[in-house]
Amino acid sequence: MNHNIILALPEVTLLILIGGIMMVDLFSAPEKRADRLMGLAVITLLIVGAAVYNPFVEARFAFNGMFVVDGMAAVLKVAMAACLLIGLLYSRDHLEKRGLFTGEYVMLMLFALLGMMVMVSANNFVTLYLGLEIQALSVYALVALQRDSARASEAAMKYFILGALASGLLLYGISMVYGATGSLDIEQVAKSVGFSQGNTALLAFGLVFVVAGLAFKLGVVPFHMWVPDVYHGAATPTTMLLSTAPKIAAFAFIVRILGDGLAGMAGDWQLMLVFLAVLSLAIGNIVAIAQTNLKRMLAYSTISHMGFLVLGILAGTNNGYSSSMFYVVTYALTALASFGMILLLSREGFEAENLEDFKGLNQRSPWHAFLMLIVMFSLAGIPPTVGFFAKLSVLQAALEAGWVWLVVFAVLMSVIGAFYYLRVVKLMYMDAPVDTAPIGGNAVAGSLLTVNTFALLLLGLLPSGLLELCRRAIAASF
Amino acid sequence: MIAQITLSHYLVLSAILFSISVAGIFLNRKNLIVLLMCIELMLLAVNMNFIAFSHHLQDIAGQVFVFFILTVAAAESAIGLAILVVLFRNLKTINVADIDELKG
Repeated sequence: MNHNIILALPEVTLLILIGGIMMVDLFSAPEKRADRLMGLAVITLLIVGAAVYNPFVEARFAFNGMFVVDGMAAVLKVAMAACLLIGLLYSRDHLEKRGLFTGEYVMLMLFALLGMMVMVSANNFVTLYLGLEIQALSVYALVALQRDSARASEAAMKYFILGALASGLLLYGISMVYGATGSLDIEQVAKSVGFSQGNTALLAFGLVFVVAGLAFKLGVVPFHMWVPDVYHGAATPTTMLLSTAPKIAAFAFIVRILGDGLAGMAGDWQLMLVFLAVLSLAIGNIVAIAQTNLKRMLAYSTISHMGFLVLGILAGTNNGYSSSMFYVVTYALTALASFGMILLLSREGFEAENLEDFKGLNQRSPWHAFLMLIVMFSLAGIPPTVGFFAKLSVLQAALEAGWVWLVVFAVLMSVIGAFYYLRVVKLMYMDAPVDTAPIGGNAVAGSLLTVNTFALLLLGLLPSGLLELCRRAIAASF
Repeated sequence: MIAQITLSHYLVLSAILFSISVAGIFLNRKNLIVLLMCIELMLLAVNMNFIAFSHHLQDIAGQVFVFFILTVAAAESAIGLAILVVLFRNLKTINVADIDELKG
């Protein structure tokens, strides 16, 4: 028996601190509540980020191998905590003006983080499923938190139904894998798949359902129906939350199931992922052109970015996984900046979520327009921003694995994608402003947005540090 | 003579239940509560699969997983019904066909 509970220290600390925040929320006077919640949430995220273990030692297991702490888990946990921290700092003002900055918001957000941390550290299908559901249930509630908005509750309902369907498909697939291999432990499953013991037909049948469930969670075509609706319907801070950290967790989830557990069936799942990647790249980039709402446009852009992410995973090599890891972390950083800009330009009773609201931004504030320009360049993958290097490394990995036509297709699609990102730039610099209100915004959020955007530029000029970190983390995990 | 009930009988039954629930989710245009019922049915189909395999393999892990799935399913339906109540307050309907403000 090997419990080793100390390895789960970040998760345990987080859970205890969430309990503490609940108590403080309960006993605080209303006028002090928001400041206290904010302070405690920031401290909690900092502590959790600091409690994560050194990523460069070999993988260690806890709870009889159900829970693993390895390089990938450690790096991704820090990245997710950072995403939530930056997102929280961006969104406080916006939430407070809409009466949404309550104890529930902070707690659900932290519970979602707990679920995601369990997901990235899971080494058993039970732990994976539980982490996934802790995250999913918290996020359903977060989307529905805007109680008086018909749009938000409709989005929450759609997200809930499709998310539950995805969990069902995933579980059905897992039950088949369990039946074929006789184990729920990912290492054990990998062993029996590797020796091609067990029933291969049953395994292949299960694999189809597992991939479908994963594709739903990641939001790639043809399982993307919920993405635009949820992005559009949810309050912008919630949209920001669910377009950043959960994508990182979903990456770890896919790598653990497909790259680790079902590595012996790589030939089968690579074909399925090729199908998903091609459709996501095409539909994500082409449909985004038709959008007039920036949040919907970013939703389709997410779909196409997830197509790129899948491209790295389907290479099936360590190089592919580390490129995808780099991609997902930098994508989360870019998405934070893009939603941070929407939040900064919004004010009481006004959401800067239509493309029209960005018209003539250069005349209203050249600095904000410049920041948005960098973010859009990074999303489009134009050098010297980090989006370019992320795409480049993923494409290189896919090329090394021999998928030449797929790489050519992905490059063509990202050229189409550049159109709608550059359209935003054109609106900002060449059109006359429709909305002439002065740009206010919180000073903390404003300067953080500047730092965030310059990080995109800096990582684009000097990508080797983070790239090397991802490479070493993946090498230490596999 | 009564034929022996084998693993494949259980698997076929759970596959049928699973198909009914997926068909229910995609074909139903009337009532959101039916959708929630379909989701429950889907999880029950999965549970039956796990228990059949667990018995067949003489491995207890599958049955333990079923307990976790049952617990999560309870939490999931609680959240689903809560969202349904919020939705009904805002839209005054639970008809699936009326919920179309956002067009995926």
